[in-house]
Amino acid sequence: MARAVTGEKHCTVNPLKMSQSIGAALAFMGVENAMPLLHGSQGCTSFGLVLFVRHFREAIPMQTTAMSEVATVLGGFDNVEQALINIADRAKPALIGICTTGISEIKGDDLHGFVKTIRSAHPELDPIALVDASTPDFEGAFQDGWAAAVTRMIEELVEVPLMQKRPTRRINVLPGCHITPGDIDELRDIFDAFSLDPIFLPDLSGSLDGHIPDEFSPTTLGGISVAQIRKMGSALYTIAIGEQMHGAAITLEYRTGVPYKLFDRLTGLAVNDELMEFLSSVSGVPVPRKYRRQRSQLIDAMLDGHFYFGGKRVAIAAEPDLLCAMAHWLHEMGCEIQAAVTTTQSPALEKIPVEEVVLGDLEDFELRASGADLLVTHSHGRQASERLGIPLFRAGLPVFDRLGAGHQLSVGYRGTRNLIFEVGNLFIANAHEPTPTTWMPANEMTQPLVSIQTH
Amino acid sequence: MGNLGAKVQQVFDEPGCATNQAKPSKERKQGCNKLLAPGAAAGGCAFDGAKIALQPITDVAHLVHGPIGCEGHSWDSRGSKSSGPLLYRTSFTTAMNEQDIIFGGEKHLYKAIKEIVEKHNPPAVFVYQTCVPAMIGDDIEAVCKAATKKFGKPVIPVNVPGFVGSKNLGNKLAGEVLLDYVIGTEEPEETTPYDINIIGEYNLSGELWQVKPLLDELGIRILASISGDAKYHEVARSHRARAAMMVCSKAMINVARKMEERYGIPFVEGSFYGIGDMSDSLRNISQLLVDRGAPAELLQRTEIVIEREEARAWEKIAPFRKRLEGKRVLLFTGGVKSWSVVAALQEAGLVITGTSVKKSTPDDKARIKELIKDDAHMYDNLKPREMYAILKEARANIMLSGGRTQFVALKAKMPWLDINQERHHAYAGYVGIVTLISEIDKAISNPVWEQVRRLAPWEQAAMRNAVQFHLAQEQ
Repeated sequence: MARAVTGEKHCTVNPLKMSQSIGAALAFMGVENAMPLLHGSQGCTSFGLVLFVRHFREAIPMQTTAMSEVATVLGGFDNVEQALINIADRAKPALIGICTTGISEIKGDDLHGFVKTIRSAHPELDPIALVDASTPDFEGAFQDGWAAAVTRMIEELVEVPLMQKRPTRRINVLPGCHITPGDIDELRDIFDAFSLDPIFLPDLSGSLDGHIPDEFSPTTLGGISVAQIRKMGSALYTIAIGEQMHGAAITLEYRTGVPYKLFDRLTGLAVNDELMEFLSSVSGVPVPRKYRRQRSQLIDAMLDGHFYFGGKRVAIAAEPDLLCAMAHWLHEMGCEIQAAVTTTQSPALEKIPVEEVVLGDLEDFELRASGADLLVTHSHGRQASERLGIPLFRAGLPVFDRLGAGHQLSVGYRGTRNLIFEVGNLFIANAHEPTPTTWMPANEMTQPLVSIQTH
Repeated sequence: MGNLGAKVQQVFDEPGCATNQAKPSKERKQGCNKLLAPGAAAGGCAFDGAKIALQPITDVAHLVHGPIGCEGHSWDSRGSKSSGPLLYRTSFTTAMNEQDIIFGGEKHLYKAIKEIVEKHNPPAVFVYQTCVPAMIGDDIEAVCKAATKKFGKPVIPVNVPGFVGSKNLGNKLAGEVLLDYVIGTEEPEETTPYDINIIGEYNLSGELWQVKPLLDELGIRILASISGDAKYHEVARSHRARAAMMVCSKAMINVARKMEERYGIPFVEGSFYGIGDMSDSLRNISQLLVDRGAPAELLQRTEIVIEREEARAWEKIAPFRKRLEGKRVLLFTGGVKSWSVVAALQEAGLVITGTSVKKSTPDDKARIKELIKDDAHMYDNLKPREMYAILKEARANIMLSGGRTQFVALKAKMPWLDINQERHHAYAGYVGIVTLISEIDKAISNPVWEQVRRLAPWEQAAMRNAVQFHLAQEQ
C-alpha cells in the first residue's frame, strides 16, 4: 500500500508533468473533424502543438484565442467570439473544444457563459458543437485535463435516451490518455470478436494513428463523430479504462442510465482474464479461440521472460494511470518497484506496490533511481538515463526521440506479451558480462565502463 | 508593467531595421507587432522567443516563473548545442500552483533561486517572467535584485510574459536584457585586434562549429557568441570586441546597433548560409577588423581561404548536378534563408519553383527576384491547403520548410527537408551547404517514394475498371 508524498522543495527541476489544458486538447482530437482551441496566449497553443507533433509525428490541429496583454486585462469575450467565427469560417469543423489556461482562469472569464452568449448571437455556429472545459495549468495535470474534456463532452453532447430498452450491441469505451491509438485498435478487435460494437470516446485511433488521408484537412482526420457521441446513451454498457475515466463513466451513467465497468488497467494476465470474462458475459459469446491462443502465448512469454524480470529494480515516473499499469505489471513479472514518481493525486496511487509514490519531477526521480536496473518514463528521462548509466524504457507522452509512439501497445494478452519482449530485451541487452573482477567485493574494485542499450 | 510597455515600444521603433525605417513615421512606432487573429494564429509567444535567444548560454540556470504549461511543454527541445557545460539543458521552473496565485509567487520564486544556487552554483540565473505571475503582479525585478544581493551573483530578470507579443519580439526583449544586465559587466583578461562578436547565431545542430574552424585558421577570435554555445562570462565581456557580425537580421538587431552606439563596435550583417554569403561574411568581418586597426594582410589571407573553400565546395556539389538537374524545389522559409541558399541550389541543378516572402524585407524580395527571375512564384501567405495541392500535383519535387508544414508534404507523398530551427543537420558554412545538397539528394532519391505512391492492387483494379467503363461510354 503506497502513500503519496510531496517533496519539500520549491523549484521544479526537469518537469515530468504537463498541463491540463493540452490534456483536454488531446481529448478533443479524438473527435472527427474537431478543432481544439486554447483560451490563452498564443504560446500556450504553440508549445502544446509542437509537443504533440514531435510525439505523434502528425499534423496537429490546435488553435488559440491569442490573448494579448490588453485583452487579458479587459476580458477575453471578444477573442473567444472572434476565434470561434474564424475557425468556423476557415476550418468548418464539427466540434470546437475550448480549453481554459491559467491566463483566462485567473482573469475569471466565464467561458461557459461566453459560449452561450456567442451561440445566441451567431446562428452560423449552429451546426458546430461547442464544448468548453475548465483546465487551468496551475492545478492538476495532463490526465485531469483529458478527463475534464471527456466529462464535458458527455454533459454537453450525449442525448438522454427516450426508451429504457437497450437493444443494441453497442459498448461505450472511455479510454484514459495513456491508451495509445494502437491500443484502441487492439481493443476494437477484441470487442469485435465478441460481436460487440464498440465506440471510443475519445478515439485517437482514427485521428492520430498515422495514416494517409485522401484529402487535406485543417481539422482532425478521424475519430468518434459528434453524432455517435450524441447516441452514447443507447449503449449496452460503458467500459472505462484507467481511474481517470471513473468520473466520466459515472456522469454518463447518471445522465443516461448506461451502467459502467471500470478497469484500472489492461496490462497483465489477470486483468485481461477479467476483461474476457466480462465481455463474454455481456455479449453471451464464449471467449473466441484467437484469445484463448493469445492467453496461452502470454503465459509462455511470462515463463520465458521471468528469468530476466525477477528481482530487477525498476524506477517509474509517469502519470497516475500509466504508473498504475506499468508498476502492477512489472511487479507481477517479479520486479521490485524501487521508485515511483507521478504528477497528480489519484485514487489509483494507493494500490501501487511500492511504499511511497512521490508527487514530483524528474529530479526526484533521478535521485531515487540510482542503482536501479531500468528506468521507465517519457523521453525527458533520457538525460537521467545518460547520467545514471541505466537503460530507459520510454512510456507515456512525449516520446519524441523514437518512432512509433502512437502504436506502442500495452493492452490485451497480445499487448502484454509484446511488452514482455520489449522490456525483457532491454534487460538482456544490458546484462553485464562477467569479468575476472565481477565477484570481488565492491570496495576492492573500480567501476567498469558499461555501454547502455536502449530500446 | 509600465517599464515593460516602454521597453516594447523602444524595441519596436528600431532605427537599425530597414523594414521599420521604410515605414511612415507614424507606423514606425507601432513596429512589427502584428495584431494576432484569434482562431487563425500560429507561432510562439514572447517568452518562447526570449528562451530561444538566451537558452544557448550554456553555463547558466534558466528558471521559468510560471505554471507548468510554459516550461513543462517545451523544455530540452531546442537544438542549440554546447561544447562544454550542460546546465542549460536542465529545466528549472516554479510550476506555480493555486497557492501561489492566491498569495503571490514572489517568495516561491526567491526560494527556487536559492535552491538552484545551492545545488548548482551557476555563474548567473536567468529568471523568465510569464503571463500568470505578470497578471497577479509578481515583481520579478525586485525578487531578482534581492537575490543578486543575497547570493552575490547575477540573478537576471527576463520580463517576457507571452501575451506581450510574438516570438520575434521575445528575441529582441532578450537582447535588451543582455544589454541592460550582462554585456559590459566584466572585463576580458586580454584582447586582440582580431576579436569579434557573433550576434544572433544559436549554434543549432552545431552550426557555429562549421564556421569557427575557418575563423580560427584566420586567427580571428570569437570573443563572444551571442548566444550560441556561449558562456556567461564571455557575453559579459563582449563589449571589448573590435567588430561584430550580426547573423539573423531580425532577431537581435537591437543588440548589434546598441553595442555600436555604446561601445563603438561596428557590425556587418551577414549569413553563413550559401557559398557566396559565407564568403561575403568572411570578407566583411576581415575588412571591418582591418578598418579597426588589424594588419591589412588579414585581407589576403582571407581571400586565400575563401578561394580554397569555395573551390572545394563547388567541387563537392558538382557530382550532384547530374542527379538533381531540373528537380523543382518549393522553398518555404523566412527572411534571409529564402535567398541565401538559392545560388547553391541552382548550382546543383535544382530549379526554384516557388518561395515564401512572408517574413522577407523589400530588400530580400528584390534579391529573390534577381536570383530566380520570373519563372518562380513568390508567395506571401501560402495556405497549407494550397501547399498540399502544389505538392500533390507534383508541381514541385521537394519542399524545404520548417517542421510546422512537414506533414503537408509527407501526406502528399512528397519529399521534405527541414531547414528551420528543429533541424537535425547543420547547414552553415561551406561544409554545411554541401550537406544541404546531399540531404536534398538523399530525400529525393529515396526508393520509398516510388513505393508509397504506387496504387494498392484493388485500387489498380478499380482504376482499370473505371478506364474501361470510360472507353465503353465513348464508343
